[in-house]
Parts: sequence; structure tokens; C-alpha cells
Amino acid sequence: MSSAAALSWFARHEIRLAWREWLSMMTGSRGRRKRAIIALFAFAAFLHLPAYAVVGRFADLQAPLGKQELIVITSSIFLAWALMLSQAIESVTRVFYARADLDLIMSSPSNLANVFSVRIAAIALAVTGMALLLSTPFVDVLVIGGGARWLLAFGVVVAIGLTAAAVAIAITVLLFRLIGPSRTRLVAQIVSAVIGAGFVIALQIAAILSYGTLSRFAVLTSDVVSAYAPDADSPLWWPARAAIGDGEVLSWLIAGGLLLLGVVMTIFSPRFADTAVCVAATARSVRQGPRTTAFRGGSRQRALRTKEFLLLRRDPWLLSQSLMQLLYLLPPALMLWRSFSETSSAIVLITPVIVMAAGQLAGGLAWLTISGEDAADLVATAPLPPSNVIRAKVEVVLLSIGAIFTPLITALAFASVTQAIVTALGVIIATVSAGAIQLWFRVQAKRSQFRRRQTSSRLATFAEAFCSIGWAATAALAVTIPLAAVFSGVITVGILAATWKISPRRE
Amino acid sequence: MVPDDKLIGRSVVMHPNRSALEVRGLTKCFDRPAVDALDLTVRAGEFYALLGPNGAGKTTTLRMVAGLLKPDAGSVSILGVDALADPVAAKQITAWVSDEPMIYDKLTPLEYLEFVAGLWGIDPAISGPSAQELLLSLGLEPHLHERCEGFSKGMRQKVALAGALVHDPSLIILDEPLTGLDALSARHVKGLLQDRVRTGCTVIMTTHILEVAERMADRIGVIAKGRLVAEGTLAELRQQNGRTDTSLEDMFIALVDAGAAAA
Repeated sequence: MSSAAALSWFARHEIRLAWREWLSMMTGSRGRRKRAIIALFAFAAFLHLPAYAVVGRFADLQAPLGKQELIVITSSIFLAWALMLSQAIESVTRVFYARADLDLIMSSPSNLANVFSVRIAAIALAVTGMALLLSTPFVDVLVIGGGARWLLAFGVVVAIGLTAAAVAIAITVLLFRLIGPSRTRLVAQIVSAVIGAGFVIALQIAAILSYGTLSRFAVLTSDVVSAYAPDADSPLWWPARAAIGDGEVLSWLIAGGLLLLGVVMTIFSPRFADTAVCVAATARSVRQGPRTTAFRGGSRQRALRTKEFLLLRRDPWLLSQSLMQLLYLLPPALMLWRSFSETSSAIVLITPVIVMAAGQLAGGLAWLTISGEDAADLVATAPLPPSNVIRAKVEVVLLSIGAIFTPLITALAFASVTQAIVTALGVIIATVSAGAIQLWFRVQAKRSQFRRRQTSSRLATFAEAFCSIGWAATAALAVTIPLAAVFSGVITVGILAATWKISPRRE
Repeated sequence: MVPDDKLIGRSVVMHPNRSALEVRGLTKCFDRPAVDALDLTVRAGEFYALLGPNGAGKTTTLRMVAGLLKPDAGSVSILGVDALADPVAAKQITAWVSDEPMIYDKLTPLEYLEFVAGLWGIDPAISGPSAQELLLSLGLEPHLHERCEGFSKGMRQKVALAGALVHDPSLIILDEPLTGLDALSARHVKGLLQDRVRTGCTVIMTTHILEVAERMADRIGVIAKGRLVAEGTLAELRQQNGRTDTSLEDMFIALVDAGAAAA
């Protein structure tokens, strides 16, 4: 087989793998392709509503743009780029650590540099493809409202997708060189989480410190930022100009993206193979350090709780996910700190943010402890009733959430006791709801499948998200308009009841 | 029914006429019958090997005995305890080891054994030294404080086996425990199981390695299409088969063929 034929064959193989992986993510590996596609279209149609609310007012924008518009559009594009970069870093890490075919590929007589070039291109394609999919409702709204020129925004998505993949590969391989393969996995996950959330949080922090509000637009549309921003002909604004219909600039952007990816492929493809060998060869044994061999006593439930806490502490996925949740708590914490010195009605916003974060974190923790059991047979053959096992695992979730949120709620109590009580109740209810949903939809899985937890049951994922949002809204309304909180609470209970009604565990 | 105190957490003395396991009319159907009204008796203190081709129903049978699968019909009695009526009491005296080691990547072998001992409610003053002794006897001394994530299949299987033995069960059920083990590891595991049998513990094991069954088992059961088609010592099986000079492999193939034809 010629080199070109081998490359195209491998490219087809990679595309097929990526497609099946995506399809399995969408269908939860249950082969319900038709239903998944219908649901996807329905969801995409639904997304046009929030897309209209977010970008509808920008559809009439025409060149030349003012500085404020340029700043807002460029920031939005940069945010999308940061999220794509985060996803790309995760994809690259997965290629090194999770793909089962590395041994096969590396033992084959293929040119590894070429093979890994294809794999890098496949990562870029997957990241860009997902971004195109997610950006479609937004671009649709702009095209419908502002004309076909907005179609060039798809080109901007492609250009930033290519650069995000290139930068992700460079960052990950450099991390390997700097800190070694055993640490890179965890650090890359944390970097990925920080990059994804960091930009928005940084803007919110700047808004709080400067204007006492959580709105990032307060910073972006401020005179100070405009004063420091470069002139309208600066290359910094090229993505914004391309998005509103400047074809020439878009060509340069795509060419730049392709060039960057090409350079990264040339430099890093040969090292990709070395790095993969390095990961495979590294003894991954982690010593816990000398400790006493005396066992601790206690009940059987205590043994389960201790094991769960140990595993949660040592779970890199959970660490990065929790870090992201905690990062989102940073702006409200900062706002709380500011409210000690000055009265601000914006402090009310802290309550829904905390309740929402608690619900989401509890959902992840509940999945890990209840469904993510690596030794399910061992626990099932242990001499204790299944209800005791479940109770011990639920206790772990409640204790973890308590440990994370108690300091924040205690601090809130110094600003407003009533709000702190409402927030604490909201956190408890959101946590119990998320835990209950995970119980009703529990499936036996490995902890390593954590990132796929959303795909095991779409229904559970949506129910968990809607309940978190519902309880967050209820808590916020309880602080501001108590009567409205009753309605919001009833609706959320309704969602929870409907979820229970259709859950498999009810039978 | 609460098991005899003398049986909990301790090995029993061999009672040739006493049953460690009694299975009657055990049935499980998936899309077709996997286990078909199976009757099986394993005596206390014996090493029993369950043989059969792939899909014969060996694992399904043992999973029902271990309480991992609910039978459609039938009864399971472990050392006099009705395992279906009182699963907790039955589990207290039973250990289960599958071919896929059930361990946690992020725990060290010692932490894993501490967890298992805690689950079975064993006094830490007993389980601590016992765990260490077990891990040493399995050659895991240099890895006591290393997380299991970097362990080979053999090492993981040894940790799982140590976990099964740390609560000193009276009945050990092993499903293909030697799969993927190197010769030295397999010898370690076989030695440990034989030691347990010598102290009165009952071992039921499925295996594809006929030589292991031939060498280690007191009695061998051959299962095909969910039914027990032959049972006995090697000599008894040869006698049943009508040929005294035949190997276990030839006998196994003949018995399975006959069983399949009868079904």
C-alpha cells in the first residue's frame, strides 16, 4: 500500500471512530440512532430560542463596527475559542491515555509521524465539528435577522477550531516534556477546566470589583476597556470583522489556522509517538507513602464511607470538575466579600449561584458514588443489605456537599442570616434532588466512565439540570419575592415527580 | 436463619457427609435457559471443580449461589443457611472471586483489604495482621503501599483473591481465577487455595484448565446446557465414561457432546 493510500485509509478509520464515538455519546450506546437524531434536531430547534435571546439584537450590525461592538463580539469569539481549547486538551489527553489502539498502531509498520498527523487532524476535525454544531442556532438567528453575510461566521468557527486544536496539542505535549506523563493527565484536566471557565470568571471578577455587578458586559462595554483597546484596523478584530461578513479577512484567518495546525503537525507528530511510548512505558504505580498497617475498626457503613471518600479524593476527573464548580463560586464569593463593606442588592445573586453549583456537584458526586462502583460484585456479595450500601453512599454525597458549601453559607450569614438560611435549604434540597435522580436512574458503571455519565441517561441529565435550575430560581425568589418562590418550587417538585414517574427504578 | 456461630469467619473442619452447598432445581432463563433445574451438592471441606464449555451455565450458576443473580426457581443452601431467604447470613460465610478482578485502581492493596474486612465486619485486630500475611504469601510485599492502577492482571487477581480470603470464608467460589496468571502466580494461588481446603474450607472453582481440575479437585462436575451431565472423582468419571485410560480432556469432550446430544 502506498503511503498516500495508507494515510487516507487511516483517516477513514479515524473518522469512523470519531463518528461512532459521537453517535454513542448521543445515543448512550443503546443504538437508538433514529430517536437520537430526532431528539437532536428537536433540541437544536429549541436552542434557537435562547440563541435569539442572546444574539438576536446583534443581527443588524454592519461594518464598520464601533469599538464597543468589536470588543463584545471579539470577547464572545474568544470565549468560544477558550471552550474549544478546553475540549481539545481533553481530546488530546484521551488519545494518550484512553485509546486502546496505541499498542496496535505503534507495533504496525506504518510511519508513525504520518499516522499521528492524521490523528491530530482528526482531533481538529472533531473539535471544529462539535463547535459548528453548537454555533449553528446562533448563526441561524443572525442569518435570518441580518442576512446571508453572517454565514461567514461558520468560517470563523472553523478558523478558531483549527487554532484551538493546534494550541491544545502544543500545550499537552509541552506538559509531557515539563512535568512527565504521570502528572500531565491530572494537570491537563485542571488546565482544561480552568481555561474553559477562566475567561468568564475573570470578566465577572473584574465586573464585581469595578461595578459591583456579576454582568461581564459591564466590563466589556465600559469606557476604560474601550480606551485601552487597539484601533479598529488592528488584527485583533479580524475574527469579529470576518464574522459580520468580511470575506477577505476570513480567508486570512482560515489560512492562519491551517498554517498553525500544519506547523504543529510537523513539529509534534514525531514527538506524539515518543510521548505515547513514554505514557505506555511509565510505571503508573503511585506510592501512598509509608503508613501504619493497622486497620481501623467501625461499622460496615463506615468502611464504605471511608472507601468512597478515599476514591473521591484520588479521582482526577472529579478534582477537575469540582475545581470548575468552585471556580464558578469565586465571583459570588468575591461579591460576598465586597458586600461587607457596602450595601449591594446584587448580593441576592449569590443564592442561586450557590444552589445551582451544589445541585450540579451533587449530581456528579452521586453518580460517582452510587453508579460508579468499580467492584460492584464485591459490594453486592458483602454481608449487608443493599439499602445500607446505598445509605452509606448517599451520606458521602451529603457530607461532601456540606464540607464544600458550609464555609460559604456561614460567610453569607454574616451579611444576611435569612438569605443564608434560604441558601442552606436550597443547597440541601438541590443535593437531595440530584442524589434522588441518580438513584432512580442508577446503572452499574466504572468510575472511569464519569465523563460519559450524561450519555447513560439523557433524561436523568436533563432532569438533574432542570431541577438544579428550578431550586436555584426558587431560592432566589424566596429571598426577593416569596410568593413567586412557591410557584417556582411547585414547578420544580413537578419536574422531580415526573422524573420519578418515568424512572426505571420505580418499577 | 442465622448461621452457626462456629462457621462465621472461621474455616470449618471437614465433614465428608455434610453439605457446604446444596443447590436444588436452580433455574435461570435469559433469552433461553442458562441454568436448567440444576441439582448440585458440594461437601464441606472439599475442592470442587465445575467444568463446562463456554455458555454452559457455570458462571450463571455460581453468580446465583453468590447472591449476584436472582434465580427464577430453585433453592440454594450454604452450610445450612438458605441463601435466598437470608442472603446476608449466607454472604457472611462466602467469598466470591471472578475472572475479572474486582478491585479499586486508586486504593493500595492494604487499603483494599481494610475495606473488605470492614465490609465483612471483621475485628481490625485480626484482619490487619491477616491481610498483611496474605499479601506477603502472595508475593505482594513490595507493593503494599502502591495504588493498584499500575498492577498487572496477575497482581490484580492476587489482590482480589487476598480480599476474598481476608474475612476467612467457609465457602470460596472462584470463577476462572487462573485466567491471565503466569505460572508462578498460578502456583501461588493454587497453593493458597489448597492450604485453605486443608484447614476445612470448601472451594468451588470453574476453570478451563483441565489439568488444574485434574490435579487439585476432590470432585469434578461437568455442566452442559445448564445441566449437570457428570459428577465424581476423576476415577469415577473415567468409570462412568467406560474407559480407564482416557485423559480428562477426552472425557470432558465426550461428556459435553453426550450432554449436548441429550439436551
